[in-house]
Amino acid sequence: MKVTIDGIEIEVADGTTILQAARQIGGDVVPPAMCYYKPLAGSGGKCRTCLVKVTAGSAKDPRPMPKLVVSCSTMCQDGMVVESSTSPQVAEARKGVTEFLLINHPLDCPVCDQAGECKLQDLAFEHGAQGTRYQEDRREFEPVDLGPNIKLHMTRCIMCFRCVMTADQLTNERQHGILNRGDKAEIGTYIEQSLNNDFIGNVIDVCPVGALTDRTFRFKSRVWFTNQFNAHRNCTTDKCSGNAVIHKVGDEIVRVSARKNEFAEVTEWICNTCRFDKKENSDWTIEGPAHIDRHSVQSQGHYELSTEESVAI
Amino acid sequence: MLANDRIPGIETYDVYRKHGGYASVEKALKMTPDEIVQEVQKSGLRGRGGAGFPTGMKWSFLAKPEGIPRYLVCNADESEPGTFKDRYLMEKIPHLLIEGMIASSYALGANTSYIYIRGEYMWIVGILEKAIAEAKAAGFLGKNILNSGYNLELYVNPGGGAYICGEETALLESLEGKRGNPRMKPPFPAVKGLWQSPTVVNNVETIAAVVPIINMTGDEYAKLGIGKSTGTKLISASGNINKPGVYEIEMNISVEEFVMSDEYCGGIKRGKRLKACVPGGSSVPILPANLLFKTAKGEQRMMTYESLSDGGFATGSMLGSGGFIVYDEDQCIVRNTWNFSRFYHHESCGQCSPCREGTGWMEKILHRIEYGHGTAQDIDLLWDIQRKIEGNTICPLGDAAAWPVAAAIRHFRDEFEWHIKNPKECMERNYGLAKYADEREIIPA
Repeated sequence: MKVTIDGIEIEVADGTTILQAARQIGGDVVPPAMCYYKPLAGSGGKCRTCLVKVTAGSAKDPRPMPKLVVSCSTMCQDGMVVESSTSPQVAEARKGVTEFLLINHPLDCPVCDQAGECKLQDLAFEHGAQGTRYQEDRREFEPVDLGPNIKLHMTRCIMCFRCVMTADQLTNERQHGILNRGDKAEIGTYIEQSLNNDFIGNVIDVCPVGALTDRTFRFKSRVWFTNQFNAHRNCTTDKCSGNAVIHKVGDEIVRVSARKNEFAEVTEWICNTCRFDKKENSDWTIEGPAHIDRHSVQSQGHYELSTEESVAI
Repeated sequence: MLANDRIPGIETYDVYRKHGGYASVEKALKMTPDEIVQEVQKSGLRGRGGAGFPTGMKWSFLAKPEGIPRYLVCNADESEPGTFKDRYLMEKIPHLLIEGMIASSYALGANTSYIYIRGEYMWIVGILEKAIAEAKAAGFLGKNILNSGYNLELYVNPGGGAYICGEETALLESLEGKRGNPRMKPPFPAVKGLWQSPTVVNNVETIAAVVPIINMTGDEYAKLGIGKSTGTKLISASGNINKPGVYEIEMNISVEEFVMSDEYCGGIKRGKRLKACVPGGSSVPILPANLLFKTAKGEQRMMTYESLSDGGFATGSMLGSGGFIVYDEDQCIVRNTWNFSRFYHHESCGQCSPCREGTGWMEKILHRIEYGHGTAQDIDLLWDIQRKIEGNTICPLGDAAAWPVAAAIRHFRDEFEWHIKNPKECMERNYGLAKYADEREIIPA
């Protein structure tokens, strides 16, 4: 099938979503996605940031779609013409959604461990307004410890449902969920308890904002001050690949996280043992510097060889 | 449909049967399911839950793969503010719904059907269950109904009392025992609905209307009403009228007749003047008096799907679910809009961002304006917020929250401005509504 996004034509397989097609093209065309997460089945459709305009439904039926559609769960049709970054209507809608996501967000980036790798920061940078029109009180919650390793800041949550799906699909039993509804909805365990499933630590990587953060890394360093290396260890846990990214400050490993692709999606899940307990240099075999996109704030002071250079060596 | 509602004891099987009840089931079971679907298509019956989608077409979309059960779900989660027709129907003539369910289930080939009823109607659950037991005892439910070889089990399932569970996919989620969040569409319920099986979700009134369609044939039914608005419609009339209640109207009377005639609403209460009207439940746009009886083109407005939506949202509204709320000159539109917004804020499921955050924001701004703390920018801000919610959400709740606000600003902007300019006065009295009525063409009550 052929799909045209922002005037760029691309050949895609059957059953590809518009978002995936846009990601195949890459660059500015890619719509932002706060809730869609490719590794998690059933994610997407909730945040509404990936809205695009379909100006021609398909070659057979070239009528435009009446509303903006969510690119993460709308399937491509042959001959579909889509406007993403070129449409003022889409830009307006994304700006609106960004504003909605930010009105109840505490904007506490200076003290948030997610700062520097936060998708909401990226979104606000790209589509946000300079000021706020929201005069009322923001929604507030007390931070909660979900066990010894995970901290929940509900105030920062944007309700992407990713962590719920992670727990459903990776762990044996989901211990947390969404309570209440509307803007009172919150992530919680209802009766306070710790999340202690084997792979539950992945919710930290999956969370697009700073709602779920690593307590073992809490306030140790800003992410852009850490040196990130790809490393692996022989993990004995079932299903754990043992491949991770270690974050070092000086010689100390301050944090272990999963490896992610360019869209911040985890490529290999790691277990809680790797993530929270193995913080000694002797635990890990370093493979080399982790790849960090040069547009990211984390890339300051980060040196890695480009693909061509490493091939040359 | 409501011809027999005043007969004492009509809620019992014996009386209902004596007055011609269950004749449609006897007739239907002699027809093939496809014939019934065709009858419904011919009748031009449109969904009575609010959207007005042709029922026959909806039924014909139902996927029929081999070996997978199909379901009929009756949406009795009537939670639209201003609408109470389903409640009346289920309370007074529960057997009409059961009868419609049997005939419709047979037409769709469903062997298990559900009535999903809102949690606030707990006493009706008892009424329906009693009626189901009576129908079962009389052989109209269960195995081999009337020796036709058709089996049907009917269950009543109360919900937890959430507005969002009236949305069909949220209803199915809730029926499956999950959190009532609307699903992404496609796939539509006709392909993957309840337990991933093809499902049809219909309103109580729609299913009840199948009974007269089978009894009098689809062609005859289509002769009632005007154009594409065929048949009769239950209207829940409320507000400042002399005779509030549920009325069954044939869709060929004018709005003026409905509001003013003694047969129906009986005019505005205490001889006041009409100010505005919400003709189809809280989510449809409000219409000012000068646009209610006559359309912008000067034609008479009829109680039909087409006529009420004449002029689009700029000068029209929708028939919706038939929750007809009338406002007299003493009512405050800002307060009313705030009340609606508060409802949508409370009922938003919290799944998608524009609705979750936007409804609350709108409510807070409207609250501010109503209590004299509004600023001049607030009206434009409200307009901008509703525009960004509308059409950008998973389910129609976002639209439903945005439309009343948009319409109130569109038609009653001066009232909002008065609230902002007179913060003290607006707390003590309503905007000079009589003045408002005088300025525009208005029909005295």
